[in-house]
Amino acid sequence: MHNAIEIRDLRYAYPDDQAAEHVVFEDLNLDIRQGSFVAVLGHNGCGKSTLAKHLNAILLPEGGSVTVYGLDTRQEENLLAIRQQVGMVFQNPDNQIVSNVVEEDVAFAPENLGVASEEIRRRVDAALEAVGMLAYKKHAPHLLSGGQKQRVAIAGVLAMQPKTIVLDEPTAMLDPQGRQEVVSIVEKLSREQNITVVLITHHMDEAVCADRVLVMDDGKIIADGTPKEVFTQIRLLKSVGLTAPQTTLLLDALNQDGCALPLDALRVDECADALYQKIKQAKA
Amino acid sequence: MEPVLEIKNLSHVYGVDTPFEHVALDNVSLSVGRGEFVGLIGHTGSGKSTLIQHMNGLLKPMSGQVLFEGQDVWQNAKLTRQLRFHVGLVFQYPEYQLFEETVFQDIAFGPKNMGLSEQEIRARVLRAAGFVGITDKELEKSPFDLSGGQKRRAAIAGVIAMEPDVLILDEPTAGLDPAGRESILENIRAYQAAQGASVIMVSHSMEEIASNVDRLLVMNDSHLVMDATPQEVFAHPEELVRMGLAVPKVTQVLLRLRALGVDVPASAFTVEQAEKLLLPLVKGGSAVC
Amino acid sequence: MLKDVTLGQYFPGETSVHKLDPRTKLVLVIVYIVALFLAKGAASYALVAACLLAVIGISKIHLKVIVKSLKPLLLIIVLTALLNLFYGSGEPLVQFWIFKITKQGIENAVFMVLRIALLVAGTFMLTYTTSPIALTDGLESLLGPLKKLGAPVHELAMMMCIALRFIPTLIEETDKIMSAQKARGADFESGNLISRARALIPILVPLFISAFRRADELATAMECRCYHGGDGRTKLHELRYARRDWTAYILGACMLAGVIVLRQFGL
Repeated sequence: MHNAIEIRDLRYAYPDDQAAEHVVFEDLNLDIRQGSFVAVLGHNGCGKSTLAKHLNAILLPEGGSVTVYGLDTRQEENLLAIRQQVGMVFQNPDNQIVSNVVEEDVAFAPENLGVASEEIRRRVDAALEAVGMLAYKKHAPHLLSGGQKQRVAIAGVLAMQPKTIVLDEPTAMLDPQGRQEVVSIVEKLSREQNITVVLITHHMDEAVCADRVLVMDDGKIIADGTPKEVFTQIRLLKSVGLTAPQTTLLLDALNQDGCALPLDALRVDECADALYQKIKQAKA
Repeated sequence: MEPVLEIKNLSHVYGVDTPFEHVALDNVSLSVGRGEFVGLIGHTGSGKSTLIQHMNGLLKPMSGQVLFEGQDVWQNAKLTRQLRFHVGLVFQYPEYQLFEETVFQDIAFGPKNMGLSEQEIRARVLRAAGFVGITDKELEKSPFDLSGGQKRRAAIAGVIAMEPDVLILDEPTAGLDPAGRESILENIRAYQAAQGASVIMVSHSMEEIASNVDRLLVMNDSHLVMDATPQEVFAHPEELVRMGLAVPKVTQVLLRLRALGVDVPASAFTVEQAEKLLLPLVKGGSAVC
Repeated sequence: MLKDVTLGQYFPGETSVHKLDPRTKLVLVIVYIVALFLAKGAASYALVAACLLAVIGISKIHLKVIVKSLKPLLLIIVLTALLNLFYGSGEPLVQFWIFKITKQGIENAVFMVLRIALLVAGTFMLTYTTSPIALTDGLESLLGPLKKLGAPVHELAMMMCIALRFIPTLIEETDKIMSAQKARGADFESGNLISRARALIPILVPLFISAFRRADELATAMECRCYHGGDGRTKLHELRYARRDWTAYILGACMLAGVIVLRQFGL
């Protein structure tokens, strides 16, 4: 499997009010494999969003390089090709919808890319179908629920036929139902369409379904592994203002009391099964 | 418990006579006791926002009454205006309402509107800033130079500075990271304890609700469908799921264990409570005796 | 209260009026306005009003919606009516102090009110039945020849489209901010003009900041979706005239001709 994105020795600093600049990344290295589902966790202001903006050349490295499907983001002629390959969905669905009609909004990116009318029609319908919003294609976006708006935003990105989708806290402003809608669509895209997914979030539960979890703090990647490997490091997570899923916290609390339970039972059914086995043993 | 705020047979309809006509509240009655911490849950569009906007007189009941300390708040205009100060309402994403040049001035906006003396305003701003952990240095800054979490705190302080008897918060922790969420909740609890105030908190996070509130109100399709302790409410997980809500993860684990035939009550909704319930079972017979 | 403002809203539909080419609708609205200003007597106004009612009927937009959209203009309408009422020339019917009401004045007042109401209702019909993007496409296409002169036609069209898209969002936001400041005891309803204007600061500052934030985020989102100006852009709906467009043009021309003929007879 080849890499979708390669980050080498990335350095980036924001200009600050006081003459000193605020360094976000220093020598950051990261590879993201094509088709993988990567969740990026970290507290507010740890550099997650800045990282996301480097993945499709919205921000450019000051040192080192970001290579997207073999294209260097610093080369201006690569810009459109990079943005077409790496779609981006943001936190506030209201601020990324351009048009008053759902289907015309979804058509925005292919229109920009100069795709022929009939092909745009096909892509718009396919994208809306993929996010389950085809029935709403003539609707006005501002009358949709938050979850529906965010699905339209995802469809708007899918219409570019990207190989990677980066989602920057797509569920932060949604209610549980909307969050569920968005997460299940993201999972489906990852599973069925072999799209690389980079999901930035601080909902631990959403990261459980990823293949790989990165924890960021102060511009550095401080943990990198499968959800089971990362979420069992409860102390580390708490030290950077995060927490583990409640299931892990429960198992950990019981282990503190002297039970020997497997910490990596993250999902509700896994956790219950682990407890069930233990309770059966205790009875016997 | 002595009721501070009472709602009697409240109904509200939006967009009467338009294609968008929609019943937001249908005959809702409830009362909030002094010093109580009440949670309010319900899916989006269930009527929560309409309900809380009636609680501080921003919306006028189409039928029914809102009583503060036994008095109908719509009796006269003065009472209605006073209600805004007695019942403080913090909207969702309150940081988007900051507007003054300094954080101090912004927090002072409410007290100023109350017509308090310069001295009293100052005292209140400092007290409010203290509750939410805004430093003296930050008080002199522009609110727009604060970090996201601090902006949220400054905005909450703007309502706390009116020292309301009832503090209502609409999703005060939305969009914050876990550490930020926990610290805002601590701020709210600190205010509640110090002032003996009642708190009504709207939240989508069942974990957050479960570990903070004494009583839980559940709204569904413009009706108040449950009004009970968290234990009692979370004991009906299927119903909650049907209403587009969820039960806390640990409660789900207990329910699953029950389904597997383990004799354990599903009435725990925080990690600590579940730990207490499960420990004797996992450790074996000895602990049970 | 602000939510009642229907300005710039689009009511999706599948009627012939909705399906007309936006260029046709734009041209016809101009024809309609010209006809309205040429109208002289009751017969011409009746003709123009009948055309508008026919269009409203076909479009299945509720008459209530149209009436509601006129509400914000009530003050202007009443003022115009009064001005015309009192400044008519001719034989006074009623006279008191410096005011006199004449037959001419009453006629003027009625026609002015009709003219404003028809003008507003007619232009609103355009936005009610045409999606902002279609409207923009239409404008861009009609103004296309100006591009050769270096006019930023595409940019203007895009700006208009985005403005229309964000009107409902910003109205909702204004409502929210107003409620939030009211919850902190802000008072927008009492005091003199100056204190009322000052009371708007707590609304306007957050509103502007939010609008800038939205604009910034939207610009990034548009860039992410490969927006790079109008060059090489294609369209989901290419504009193409259909038979109904020609029919509409002919009917529009008939209305204009009718008004001109009636005008000759002073009707």
